[in-house]
Order: sequence, then C-alpha cells, then structure tokens
Amino acid sequence: MTILNFADWLASTPQWIQSMPQWLQTFLFQLYQTFIYQNRWKFFTDGLKITFIVTIGALILGVIIGLIIAIIRTAHDSNGSSKSFFILRFLNWFCNLYLTVIRGTPMMVQLLIMGFVIMVPKTEIGMIVCGIVTLGINSGAYVAEIVRSGLMSINVGQSEAGRSLGLNYAQTMWHIIIPQAFKNILPALGNEMITLLKDTSLVSVIALRDVTKQAQNIVSKTYQAYVPYISLAIIYLVIVIIMTKLLGILERRLRKSDH
Amino acid sequence: MTTNDTIIKVNGLKKSFGDIHVLKGIDIEIKKGEVVVVIGPSGSGKSTFLRCLNRLEEPTGGDIYINDVNITDPKTDINLHRQKMGMVFQQFNLFPHMTILKNMTLAPIKLLKKTKAEANKNAHELLTRVGLDDKANSYPSQLSGGQKQRVAIVRALAMNPEVMLFDEPTSALDPEMVGEVLEVMKELAKSGMTMVVVTHEMGFAREVADRVIFIDEGVIMEDASPEEFFTNPKSSRLKDFLSKVL
Repeated sequence: MTILNFADWLASTPQWIQSMPQWLQTFLFQLYQTFIYQNRWKFFTDGLKITFIVTIGALILGVIIGLIIAIIRTAHDSNGSSKSFFILRFLNWFCNLYLTVIRGTPMMVQLLIMGFVIMVPKTEIGMIVCGIVTLGINSGAYVAEIVRSGLMSINVGQSEAGRSLGLNYAQTMWHIIIPQAFKNILPALGNEMITLLKDTSLVSVIALRDVTKQAQNIVSKTYQAYVPYISLAIIYLVIVIIMTKLLGILERRLRKSDH
Repeated sequence: MTTNDTIIKVNGLKKSFGDIHVLKGIDIEIKKGEVVVVIGPSGSGKSTFLRCLNRLEEPTGGDIYINDVNITDPKTDINLHRQKMGMVFQQFNLFPHMTILKNMTLAPIKLLKKTKAEANKNAHELLTRVGLDDKANSYPSQLSGGQKQRVAIVRALAMNPEVMLFDEPTSALDPEMVGEVLEVMKELAKSGMTMVVVTHEMGFAREVADRVIFIDEGVIMEDASPEEFFTNPKSSRLKDFLSKVL
C-alpha cells in the first residue's frame, strides 16, 4: 500500500489537526506523505549521499585536470623557444581540442554518451564512477580556464625571482605562483563548485539515484509534486548557502598577508 | 681559456626580440671581487645584458662563461648556475604570500638541502646585518620600499652566491630610501662580492665601482675606471650622455 488515502490519514490524526482549515490539512498531509510515511525521508538522505560523493569526486578530478591543462597552456604560451617546444605544442593542441569539445557540448549529452556509449556501467559503484568521471572531465575544462587566468594574473617578476634563486619551473610554480594564483581565483573556483553541485542533478539520466532522482521517485509514489520538489529546491539552496559561507571564511583567512 | 680569477666571460653576446636587435655583440670579462657598474640610456640594452647573464633572457648569439662553464650551452644545468648568481630586481619581487623569513629560507631549504633551523639561523644573521631582524615575521606588504629591497638583497645572499646581479635596484624607490639600499650594496662590495650593477646612480658608480661600463645601441661604448669614465670620457656618445645626467 503505497498510496495513502487522505480521509484515512485525517481520521488517524489528533483532534487539533482535524479542526484545522482544509488547505493546511492538505499541506500537512503532503508533508507527511513526502517525509514521514514509510520513512521516506530516507530517500532524501540516501540521495544526498550520492550527490555529495559525485560532487566531491568530480571536484577533485576537475581540479586535477584543470591544473594540469592550465599549466601546459601557460607553459606553452610563456616559453615558445625551449627545447621541449614540440612536445609542448602537441600537448597544447590536445588541451585545446579537449576544451573545445567539452565546452561545446551540453553536459546532459556528455552524460548520455559516457553512460550508454563509452562506459556503460552495470553496478551502482560503476554508475557513481561514471558520474564522477563525466562531471570531472566536464568541470576540468572550466577549472582549466579559471586556473589559467589565475596563473596569468601573477606578475612575471614573481616567477623570475623564483627562477633567479635557482628553483626550477615546477618548484617555482608550486611554491610561488600557484599559492598566489589560488587566492585570486578562489571566488571563481567557488562559483564552479556551486555549478558542479547543481549539475549533479543531471546524473539521474544514467540511472544514478541522487537527491533529485529520489525526489522524482517520491512524486511517482504520492502523485503529489508540490512538497517533494519545493523541498528539493530548499535542500540545494541550503547546501549552496553553506558552501558560500565556508568559501567566504577561507577567502578571508587567505587574505591575511594583504594589508 | 680564461685566467684563474675571471668569473664571467662574455663573447659576442647578441639578443634580439623579433626584428629588434637589442644587443649587437657584447664582449666583457669580469674578475672575481670586481664591482662593475653598467650605465646607459633607457632602451640601450643594459638590463637585457644583465638578464642574459643568468639566462632570464635567452641570448640569440654568443657565449657566456661562468667559472669556465658555458651557460648558453643547452646541456648546462642553468638552475645550478642561478643558485650561484643572486639577482636583485627593480620591483623587489618578494613573495607576498610568505613572511620575510620564509622568503629567505625557501630556496636554501629546497636547493641547498639546509635544515629549517640552519636556514632560519642564517636568515636571521643576514637580516641583522641589514638591520631588519625585527621584521622576520612580517609580510612584504608591511615593509617600506627600501626595507623590501634590503630584504631582496639578503634573500639572494642567503644562497651564498658568487656573483650578485642588480637590475636598477633603486629606480622604484622613493628618494629618501635610496640611501639605505646603496649603503647595503656598498658594504657588500667592501666584503669582496663580485657585483654587476645596472643603475642610474652616478654617485654610487663613482664611489664604489672598480669599472664603469657605458652601453648604448647594443654595444659597449666605454669601459674604464670610474675616475677615467667621469673625468675623461672618450666616446662622444658618453660625453653627451654625461652632460645630460650630471
């Protein structure tokens, strides 16, 4: 018995609810159906788990891909005459291809291709990996351009100072350029994180049961869309607000050295 | 190929940016412990010459020998040579996200494999030498221009270099801060450091330099002792230049 009858429900409630106006009773009934009846709140918590796992996994993958691509592109643009020129040129060509393809096709289409053409996952773990890989590859393209703008925002004198001390390219990047660039790109990176979190709502097309898919499941049981979808929106909103606050704190802390 | 006390030897150094030929063949030898001041009008190539010495600019022709090793050879590990050549920039280029102490110990810890304690001790000694030990835990943005440049000098010294290159070290400073930086440089010269200094400070050249070089249009026009350089210049370009700046 998945569909609960309104009259049966009302009969089981205490007197003070039965004396409420009709619209309020309807609203309470929907809340009850969405969250309490048959422990349906578990749909949301289970879905949130998947949403968080996919977001965090894709974020890490995206930052790694983005960083590598940004460094290749910056290195290519800044030293055109070195001996590794041809390798760099090939890598740069490949990165450009990647950026063009990923930014030029919709996320939904990328998920469909990854899920039904390339990876074709059969298990839940496989689907999670598929979601992380697809979103990570997608996010990496955007992170790459954010990181590149950050690396280019650092005065060339900083890198010259590092190199003149004898540090090699990688050491200069890691100790001097990247920490400063990171501080500059944090707002844009935070934006990308928020976009990524919301984009995970698309993974339901590869049958991954994230929080959006779970809300849809509840609607298919109750035939009531109002409370599940509004609740879903509130859940996303609250997470984004918390993320924004945390990023603000991190930004203030990193700005300690500027006076 | 060079005498024992020659530390830098430059043969026919050329550098061009596209069609613009900045250096058209520079030949010079610099001995250990010498202080060489490079003077010239802006755009003459004097900064480019200095930056070629540690290959921050890649020369397009000629050879540079440091201690008999040709550093323009692609097989030479330039990073190893840069460790022995400190450089001070016009814009200081301190690392703004690190404290003064961190600025000074990063390279010694990473490259000379010093322990943190050793590197810190050395940094404190150097800071004391320039009167800035109380700033060890400050960030660069909390320092004045003159203080920043003094830190930049000791940051380079923390690597125990054999040569110090100065690229217009006082040009970005307020006039009242020029003196404190020149004072540190004078002391460094007295201690026997080999120095190549690009500057517009004629007083410094006259007082501290062993040799003064005048670069114009990409070549060395004059190479003389300060006495000779300022009182009896040979080339007409230098006479003209000196009449404008002195």
